Amino acid sequence: MRKRDDALIPENDQPTNRVLAGPLFWITGLVLLVGIPLLNLLPDDSPLHVSDFTLNLFGKFFAFAILALGLDLIWGYTGVLSLGHGVFFGLGAYAMGMHLMLQIGAESVYGNALPDFMVWNQVKELPWFWVPFHSFWFALVAVILVPMLFAAVFGFFVFRSRIRGVYFPIMTQALALVVWLVFNRNETNLGGTNGLTDFKHILGFSIHDPATQRVLYALTVLCLGLAYMLCRWVTRSRAGRVLIAIRDCEQRVLFSGYSPASYKLFVFVISAGLAGLAGALYVPQVGIITPNQIGVLPSIEIAIWVAVGGRGTLSGAIIGATGVNWMRSVLTNHVPELWLLVLGGLFIAVVMFVPTGIVGLFRQTHAKLPCWKIKIPGWHR
Amino acid sequence: MIRPFAHTPFLRLAVLSWCLLGLQATGWAQVSTPPSTSTDRVGTHEALTTLAEGTWTEKTHAVTYLLQHGDPSLLPQLDALRSTANRRVRKLIKPVITLFRNQAGLASPDTETRRAAARDLGVRGTREALPVLRNALSNERDHWVRYDLEEAINLLTVEYAGPQDRLAAIQKLGDLRSDAALPVLQELADQPASTLEQHTLRNAAIEAGRRIQKWQEIASGIEILLQGLSLSSILLLMSLGLAIVFGLMGVINMAHGEMMMIGAYATYVVQEIFQACFAPSFFDYYFFFALPCAFVVAGLVGWILEGTLIRFLYGRPLETLLATWGVGLVLIQVARLIFGDLTAVQAPSWLKGSAQVMVGVQLPHNRLFIILLALFCLAGIYALLFRTGIGLRIRAVLQNRDMSACLGIPTRKLDAYTFAFGSGLAGLAGSALTLVGNVDPELGRNYIVDSFMVVVTGGVGKLAGTTTAALGIGTLNKVLEPSFGAVYGKVTILILIILFLRYRPSGLYAQKGRRLDS
Repeated sequence: MRKRDDALIPENDQPTNRVLAGPLFWITGLVLLVGIPLLNLLPDDSPLHVSDFTLNLFGKFFAFAILALGLDLIWGYTGVLSLGHGVFFGLGAYAMGMHLMLQIGAESVYGNALPDFMVWNQVKELPWFWVPFHSFWFALVAVILVPMLFAAVFGFFVFRSRIRGVYFPIMTQALALVVWLVFNRNETNLGGTNGLTDFKHILGFSIHDPATQRVLYALTVLCLGLAYMLCRWVTRSRAGRVLIAIRDCEQRVLFSGYSPASYKLFVFVISAGLAGLAGALYVPQVGIITPNQIGVLPSIEIAIWVAVGGRGTLSGAIIGATGVNWMRSVLTNHVPELWLLVLGGLFIAVVMFVPTGIVGLFRQTHAKLPCWKIKIPGWHR
Repeated sequence: MIRPFAHTPFLRLAVLSWCLLGLQATGWAQVSTPPSTSTDRVGTHEALTTLAEGTWTEKTHAVTYLLQHGDPSLLPQLDALRSTANRRVRKLIKPVITLFRNQAGLASPDTETRRAAARDLGVRGTREALPVLRNALSNERDHWVRYDLEEAINLLTVEYAGPQDRLAAIQKLGDLRSDAALPVLQELADQPASTLEQHTLRNAAIEAGRRIQKWQEIASGIEILLQGLSLSSILLLMSLGLAIVFGLMGVINMAHGEMMMIGAYATYVVQEIFQACFAPSFFDYYFFFALPCAFVVAGLVGWILEGTLIRFLYGRPLETLLATWGVGLVLIQVARLIFGDLTAVQAPSWLKGSAQVMVGVQLPHNRLFIILLALFCLAGIYALLFRTGIGLRIRAVLQNRDMSACLGIPTRKLDAYTFAFGSGLAGLAGSALTLVGNVDPELGRNYIVDSFMVVVTGGVGKLAGTTTAALGIGTLNKVLEPSFGAVYGKVTILILIILFLRYRPSGLYAQKGRRLDS
């Protein structure tokens, strides 16, 4: 059985020492970072006004885009499909959620310093692992480090076991199921089925204030930009070339004296960190995190975002995550019973007909057009 | 009953003497001499009348009489009496009703009814039940009914008989490992003993109690193993199709769970048709029709799926995985749109109830059926793979696809058949699942991850591997459940599988070869 994937587009970009992305990236980034919040500040009756709801929605989409970037690193570039990325997203989200829960303090429904669900469950004292989350800075570090650590432990055993091919997705899916089960339990003190919600403050600012949401949105866009640059840097480095080589023919990489397991572990841990960051940005904007947002189905959905956008391209991951989620929010608003059919159809259609995704299609059709490759003199050193 | 005159001493005396006279006159106070049948009928009739109209003392006597001379034919009258009488009288006649009802139960042709009656008499019966039970025991053939009768007799003996009989009965209860005797024996063991006789009784009770407790521990262990076997057979049924397809084509069919769901709904539809079109007496046989139906329908869907989708994705296992997941989502949503959220299949009556394996261990019939079905499927697949020409070809393709193709085996056609067959097996599994749970569109999703684990642990394309893995995971699940809880049991199993794969990356029975990527 051949390992190489003909469906994937040939990698056009040659390794360069160019670290900064092209002008398209900077222009879009600036528009999203500054332009949209400014439009949100316009008066309500203005035709260009972006509502708080839309801003919040796109903040959520961009958080998902960070998650998709993480999965693209491990699947699109390294060829290892993880169906458990919801777990890492969830770990980050829960870490942030725990901090926000503790910020509620005595304003909770029961007026107790403990989170409400602990009062229901008759927990008398704050569990030990909740205590450090009083500190925002600890939460901020935990948001990235906890998923990375977890990924490191899981990945160490799985990659060293030479678990490959379809075995890895299956193992990660089982992981997602198991974590979902554990987070659903009440005695783990993570809010059970209802999850963590009803947040009030973040760093002293009211979380429902439009200004706070604007800042969170801008922060998400900023993080997305940084994540993009990080991924770009990783994939264009020498290590990145090895990753692509592992995707195309793992055996040859092994025989060339590299250790695929270490590279896979490395990229798995980085992508888990990105997923955790995405979770942390998601929680204050959406205001709730429950086990159902991190289970088996959400985990496999991430793969379809990446596939729709275009595997092995970073812009594809961002476009796919935003596009599919936007479609979901439109469809579930108007024809909710159709959404699962469309999602299932997307899975089939993308795999069957557009394996290169939107970006791949775009590249194929626009490869000959000169205008696609805008070159600004002096931009590339 | 309120008697306004009874408070005056004279009247009370008068009533008492009238009672005594009455007793002697009718003769039903002389309990020691068994009256003949003709006087019996008269006597019981009279006793019933007294129960309705007589004084309290008369009533107690009437009850004593009825306990010794009555029979279950009086039940309708007693029931009628109970529905009109006050609470005190109801309580008074309760032992009579208990005795007669269970006496009627003991005469029933149904073993379950007889057993329930015997057990009930053992706990709630009075000394008058003893001859009834002994009589039933002498006519009884069925092993487990005999067991329950003996248990009941000995329980009543312990409670009502003389010391010598009691000692023997206590020992006998210990021999029987009687579950119901434990509280009685506990009570005996807790009683203070002063005489030698009481000491012997107490010690015997303690000893018997210890034996019963020990037996209960063993029984609960065996019960756990049986539950594990039952879960294993469900896992095996689900994994067999998955493993064959995965072994032959390297394809993980994420829609396998939905094939099960299709099988379950096929069963549901067959049941509905039987309910609508056939006589109720015929209904019980619907399951024999539903099983092949589920197989054919799910197999057909699998065949179509292979022909339209999977055929184009060979050699790209990750893509197949995503596409089949998409198919699963679509199938789930379609099923939800057609059938709604929750439906239940009514198990045929011959699958209700349970079989007694040994004292204290039962195996429900539906679980037994699933175990047998799994064995049947296993045997069928074995026969197909190792006893038929098509099986030979399948094994050849499994070993070396290219070489088989060179030798003229139509590998693509074989793939299509195998996929359809695997889907059909999933349909059978789904049909069997309706016996143990509800039918809902996400039926397959609950078990599918477990069956993937089975396939991964078992290794590619080996029946023995899949069987061993299913047995191991199913049993381990049930063994861990009591001490760890279901969720942490699953966590432990996942960790164990990861550790296991570290030493055997291609599963239990890996195909021997020199290829690095095999």
